Amino acid sequence: MIQQKVISKRFGKVDPLSIDSYIKFDGYNALEKALTMHPTQIIDEIEKSKIRGRGGAGFPAHIKARALANAKQPKYIVCNADEGEPGNFKDRIIMENDPFSILEGMVILAYATGAKKGYIYIRGEYQNAIKIMKMTIQNAIDKGYLGENILNKGFDFNLEIRTGAGSYVVGEEFSMIESIEGKPGRSRVKPPYPTDKGIHDKPTLINNVETFANFPHIILMGGDNYAKIGTPSSTGTKLISLSGNVKNKGLYEVPFGTSIRDVIFKLGDGVSYNRSIKMVQLGGASGPIIPEYMLDMAIDFERFENFDSKTGTGAIIVIDERFDIFDILLINMNFFVHQSCGKCAPCREGHTQIVNLLNKIKNHRGTEQDLMSLENLANVIQQTSLCGLGQTSMTSIISSLRYFRDDYFAKVRY
Amino acid sequence: MVNLKINNIDIQAKENTTILEAARQNHIDIPTLCNYPDLSIKSECRVCVVEINGQKKLHTSCSTVVKDGMVVKTNSPKVLNSRKTIIELILANHDANCTACPKNYNCELQSLANKLGIDKNRFPTVLDIQPIDNENPVLIRNINRCIKCGRCIDMCKNVQSMGVLDVMGRSKDMKITPAYGKFLTDEFCTYCGQCSSVCPVGAIIENDDTDRVWEALNNPSLHVIVQVAPAVRVSLGEELGMEPGSIVTEKVVAALKYLGFDGVFDTDFTADLTIIEEGNELIERITNGGTLPMMTSCCPGWINFAEQKYPEILDNISSCKSPQQMFGALAKSYYPKKMKLKPDDIFVVSIMPCTAKKYEAQRDEMKIDNVHSDVDVVLTTRELGKMIRQMGINFENIEEVPFDKPFGITTGAAAIFGATGGVMEAALRTVYEVVNKEELTDINFTAVRGTEGIKEAEVEIGGQKIKVAVAHTLENAKTLSEQVKNGTSPYTFIEIMTCPGGCIGGGGQPYGTTKAVRDKRIEAIYQVDENMPIRKSHKNPDIIALYDEYLLKPLGKKSHHLLHTHYSSRKK
Ligand SMILES: Cc1cc2nc3c(=O)[nH]c(=O)nc-3n(C[C@H](O)[C@H](O)[C@H](O)COP(=O)(O)O)c2cc1C
Ligand code: SF4
Ligand code: SF4
Ligand code: SF4
Ligand code: SF4
Ligand code: FES
Repeated sequence: MIQQKVISKRFGKVDPLSIDSYIKFDGYNALEKALTMHPTQIIDEIEKSKIRGRGGAGFPAHIKARALANAKQPKYIVCNADEGEPGNFKDRIIMENDPFSILEGMVILAYATGAKKGYIYIRGEYQNAIKIMKMTIQNAIDKGYLGENILNKGFDFNLEIRTGAGSYVVGEEFSMIESIEGKPGRSRVKPPYPTDKGIHDKPTLINNVETFANFPHIILMGGDNYAKIGTPSSTGTKLISLSGNVKNKGLYEVPFGTSIRDVIFKLGDGVSYNRSIKMVQLGGASGPIIPEYMLDMAIDFERFENFDSKTGTGAIIVIDERFDIFDILLINMNFFVHQSCGKCAPCREGHTQIVNLLNKIKNHRGTEQDLMSLENLANVIQQTSLCGLGQTSMTSIISSLRYFRDDYFAKVRY
Repeated sequence: MVNLKINNIDIQAKENTTILEAARQNHIDIPTLCNYPDLSIKSECRVCVVEINGQKKLHTSCSTVVKDGMVVKTNSPKVLNSRKTIIELILANHDANCTACPKNYNCELQSLANKLGIDKNRFPTVLDIQPIDNENPVLIRNINRCIKCGRCIDMCKNVQSMGVLDVMGRSKDMKITPAYGKFLTDEFCTYCGQCSSVCPVGAIIENDDTDRVWEALNNPSLHVIVQVAPAVRVSLGEELGMEPGSIVTEKVVAALKYLGFDGVFDTDFTADLTIIEEGNELIERITNGGTLPMMTSCCPGWINFAEQKYPEILDNISSCKSPQQMFGALAKSYYPKKMKLKPDDIFVVSIMPCTAKKYEAQRDEMKIDNVHSDVDVVLTTRELGKMIRQMGINFENIEEVPFDKPFGITTGAAAIFGATGGVMEAALRTVYEVVNKEELTDINFTAVRGTEGIKEAEVEIGGQKIKVAVAHTLENAKTLSEQVKNGTSPYTFIEIMTCPGGCIGGGGQPYGTTKAVRDKRIEAIYQVDENMPIRKSHKNPDIIALYDEYLLKPLGKKSHHLLHTHYSSRKK
């Protein structure tokens, strides 16, 4: 039993479009319980649970919640369902299989923080999920779980769905805020942070879909019990989007601390034709590329921090021996060339030059000098870019230079 | 107070100062590119990054506020390398052909590259050459030189409330262009040129007309004369290496003579004339129930704004031509008559702080013979600076020479046209004395001076109290225009200037104009006023003579033909 189904416990067992079906399967028990608690007690439980955000960066959830609770009205809650990071599909699957759990988590947080208005920002390509979430909102309103005077407790919370297609950077919190304001999705200077000045400069809390889906469980089992799942630094379970050259691709839920190897081999049943694994990319296009010998690494925020990226989304992309690392890197980098919002110089201009250098090296035309330029430029983009896109887009390059240096040396001209 | 260390030096800074400000206050320079004094913090170029102890990422000093105990390094190898790399990246997507660029030696990118020791670029050029926008007579946008710093957008959108320029597209295709079209002519551009004055590179520049002037000067059959606007005498020195706010009135005259002009005149003269005509128009509107409030008309940026955005209020705008155009009209009528010359042989050049004047001069309404422009060429302060450099004139030490006759005598009232509130003050000095038939005890209307966005004052004219207002920048013009449009304006007379601080802050003034520099120029212009023997337009003996001898009376038939105009809606 490697899997531990908390978030996914209802997947396939309830009718996602039926609120009654959800209620029958423990649905809204957590909200009922939360409404008997004092708002600060709820945040205390979240703090005790030690849960960290599931959108990639792993920021402690209670800090944002507490900041929003202390902020003046009006204030907003946003559910980040943009899921633009290649290799990730967990948020879509939650929305399609257990949409009410997301709403329940959002309403609990609204009650805890006093926010009266929220948005769910869904990636435009997710047409089915958009349809489901719209119906879910209507059903919840009809049954008194959303809207005015929720469960006759005299508190209101209204939700609106926003969508945007074709832009990865809109998943970044400030770009999302700009997009919700009706502007093109481009980031802003931080600080101030969103909980200070977000939508229309009003305090705004943004959490990932999976983070919200966790809140009802924390309330039901209590923060301390929740914290017993996983590892001391990374509590709870993690949804893993497993893809690439693996036999059983799909979504799995494991407690933190499970090894990457176990996910690939025990849950994913390994690689077809017993090919060997050349590399694994964690988190998505902005995550690190690691070699086979590192697969015993545990899924854990502490380990991920070494890579300084959005590894924490929980994507695992397996790439077997048939692939050239430069082709994989070029796919990643071409993605960023097009996804950069263009606002800051290193990211806007840098990715094009990274692609140039990679092509040169891949085609045996690169010199040692080019290799140095590549390494240098990747570090500059990472260290000086304005938002998380440029700050994390170089992770695959930087990790490949660490773990696959021989692949570079084999191509470089002397 | 916050205690921090920058480059191992203990520093105290006020709460909420940025690292950049704290460093500069202590004579530690950090290079910047997108940052510009008085504009918002954009944090886009990332050139100003510094290292902060305990932080893995570098931080932009222009946007990061100091904290107690912070330890900052502004010049560590990591920082220097990052800056250099970023500038190399920018240069690889820039049409870096310095000797064929008007900003050569005056370009922030060029000097930054030089400072950082960039003499080769590791990155190949990725520039995708785009067409140049030269569809209008005023501003040329060459986006192949644009480095996407966002200054022009900030200026156009936030200071001028125009939003003509904006960010279009994203990633490597991101461009700074007119929002809905390719050309400035597709938009409501007012040609104020404020964008050009903050652009760090040569991506927005005035249409250079110096060659046309050289050609005229070298044509023996032309009688080439020139007028100099009020604001130029306190800014041309700066363009030629002197301190901001240097008063160089008679040095300008000497330099222009050296360049070969046949007559060098002062736009101040027609500024005095404007006051007589406009003052009388105001009195007439008040006494005969004309459209009020009356709004000034000497700023062509404002006229462009009103014709495109507020056609409903065109009747409120004074029918007086601007001083530049009054001069042009006289130069092609009264002047040739007096000098026994053929009007067609006269070539009129203006030296203006302004880019919008280039547009004004070629309007159809500004041709008294309906064929030729009254003012043939308009040069900005910067363009005149260029001609003076071309001739190798030692400007600072040139021997001073007074303006030519006729139009020789001018007043302090005319000089202050160059600063926001100046036209209002000059008009009040005259209207008050003419209507009330008593001498002003204090001719300084200080309420309308200063750089507040909208200023108000109350004056008693003909036994009734009237309210007046003064606005500069189009953002403030919009506020007052909105009131006029809605019929809620409490004012009788309103002065509007497009540029921050008025013409001393014009779009054609020397680069590097900031609030601090504008303040110095304003100070200088009131100094010019103080030093004048005559400080009221209606006391100018040459103006009185002009009416006696030629115009006969204010608002008369001749005035009407030569000195007044009309406006038409250009709403798109
Ligand atoms: C370029 C970029 C894209 C991102 N895309 C997403 C996304 O699709 N979904 C998401 O939840 N967070 C995304 N993030 C992270 C968000 O900025 C933010 O940290 C997150 O939504 C916070 O939620 P959490 O605390 O629950 O993780 C992205 C960040 C960056 C820099
Ligand atoms: S890092 Fe990239 S995506 Fe983020 S602000 Fe800069 S250009 Fe835009
Ligand atoms: S000239 Fe003025 S109005 Fe036109 S684009 Fe520049 S700043 Fe905007
Ligand atoms: S045109 Fe000039 S001011 Fe505007 S973004 Fe480009 S470089 Fe900056
Ligand atoms: S304020 Fe002066 S410089 Fe600016 S547009 Fe008007 S006339 Fe020209
Ligand atoms: S000057 Fe600080 S980012 Fe441009």
